[in-house]
Amino acid sequence: MTTPGAVWVYSERHGESFRPVSLEILGAARSVADALGTKLVAVTVGAGEAPANALTYYGADEVVAVEDPLLDRYDTKLFTDLLEAELRPTDPSVLLLGATRDGQDLAGRLAVRLRTGLTAHVTSLEVDPGKRLVGWVPGFGGGIEAGVVCPNQRPAIVTVRPGVFPTPVPGEATGVVRINHPTLDESSFGSRRVSFEPKGLTVDLTRSEVLVVGGRGTDGDFSRLQRLAHCIGAEVGATRVATDSGWVERERMVGQTGVVTRPKVAVILGASGAVQFTVGIEKAGFVIAVNRDPDAPIFESADLGIVGDLAPIVDRLVRELGEA
Amino acid sequence: MRTVVCLKVVPRPEEVRVNLEAKTLERSGVRSVINPADLNALETALALRDRHGGRVTVLSMGPPNFEPYLRVAIAVGADEAVLLSDRAFGGADTLATSYTLAQGVLALGGADLVLCGDESSDGGTSQVPQGIAEWLGASQATYVDRLEVPREGTLRARRLLEDGTETIEVPLPAVASVLGGANEVRFIDYDRWAMAEQASLRVIDAAALGADPAFLGLKGSPTVVAGLREVHKPGRRREVLTLEPEVAAARLAEELRRLGVAHA
Repeated sequence: MTTPGAVWVYSERHGESFRPVSLEILGAARSVADALGTKLVAVTVGAGEAPANALTYYGADEVVAVEDPLLDRYDTKLFTDLLEAELRPTDPSVLLLGATRDGQDLAGRLAVRLRTGLTAHVTSLEVDPGKRLVGWVPGFGGGIEAGVVCPNQRPAIVTVRPGVFPTPVPGEATGVVRINHPTLDESSFGSRRVSFEPKGLTVDLTRSEVLVVGGRGTDGDFSRLQRLAHCIGAEVGATRVATDSGWVERERMVGQTGVVTRPKVAVILGASGAVQFTVGIEKAGFVIAVNRDPDAPIFESADLGIVGDLAPIVDRLVRELGEA
Repeated sequence: MRTVVCLKVVPRPEEVRVNLEAKTLERSGVRSVINPADLNALETALALRDRHGGRVTVLSMGPPNFEPYLRVAIAVGADEAVLLSDRAFGGADTLATSYTLAQGVLALGGADLVLCGDESSDGGTSQVPQGIAEWLGASQATYVDRLEVPREGTLRARRLLEDGTETIEVPLPAVASVLGGANEVRFIDYDRWAMAEQASLRVIDAAALGADPAFLGLKGSPTVVAGLREVHKPGRRREVLTLEPEVAAARLAEELRRLGVAHA
């Protein structure tokens, strides 16, 4: 039997380092490569600010760094062309990408370029007895998930939300680093960047130890949640309804279309508990839920549930904690 | 400017039931809605038409009973609606879906701009717009909340990213995915209702589309659902109490102190 093609991971650069999700998926990809009996390759594209050899500490057998001073920002056309040029000759079996905005922009384009299958937003990865990668995807509105395979095309492209896998502990560097310098000019780009306004403060809920999350039942009043969050040193998160309604910034969305969190304690206020949301709190240590509807499915996902109206309960709770 | 808005009709997720034995979704009796983000894409297209003129066509893929939803889009303001409908389109994954929609755009004579919602609410992959762009060889701008045409042949798009807001310019033709909630969708124009009800919708089947059958539907879909399983829910205590606010607050405070996140 021939050795299957390598498992590739796209390591998205972030300033002088890599996106946390890129390291998380390296850990998961290591297990996949071991199960398939093949090697793990991390590919990164950038201006060289990020130290490519750092990826070998996280399990990559080989790092391919495509570097040029012009590559200091993401461009769909250029990154797709560069990835295609790296992937085609080596025929990998799997390509994993973090489901960041740019990662998804790239994954969708690349999958069609390579005429292959894409499984988006997996929450777990397995290699089945037939040595196929199975990506499990939650959904369909009820407590089930689908195992998706890509049996006849390569590479099987898979995207993973931030926070789904733990960051691996850096170990000994054993991999080799290959740096490629492509020939680029202005015509290599598909877009022109007019401006970039960085956010003053970015939140990363995947790193929060304590979370207070609000849903539809907050009726848009998040000030109460913020007071509670302040009392217990928590970050504020929200369901999709709350972010789509503009009550809270979108980056605070928890769940399948937001982030998967792993806090020690999550306090869920006024969220009904649709599975698209609860996948985002599954990895929490202890879940408290308050909802006025005794039949709300959120109580199935909570350690302690309180049936009642949010406002009076949270106000009294803030007073109680504040007095202590 | 000719704009095509891709519109997906999705089941209300809370109404879908799953048959674990047959590995199928039971959609009978389930009510549907227009995917919310697609309405934001439609609104974006209509606002661009208000400013620059042109024509807005709504394009969807699905069974003939999707027609009422397309009429809603016309009542909101679209000039026309086209439904790609054929059994051969069924069971499509993102590769086949993006191919079919791209072929639909070509069947309409092409477009300067194709707009989609950034994600569908029925467990969408968020990857179809990028796929359409690749099939058409068009520029792309994803996760945008604002689009402008600052000069002929150029699209300016504001993308909301994790750590900031990026504004890019790409040449037309282009495909853009508009974020759910990016704008306030205009109300249905009741004067347009009668017109929308009478409008003749164009239905295109696989033969009329002239597409390569190898890329359509189940046959054109490299991904396969190999199994369904019940989501493993972590073992929760599931203690549920109905308490007066005062008592509930005291109980929660006690629990939070026990967990070490509130001062004792």
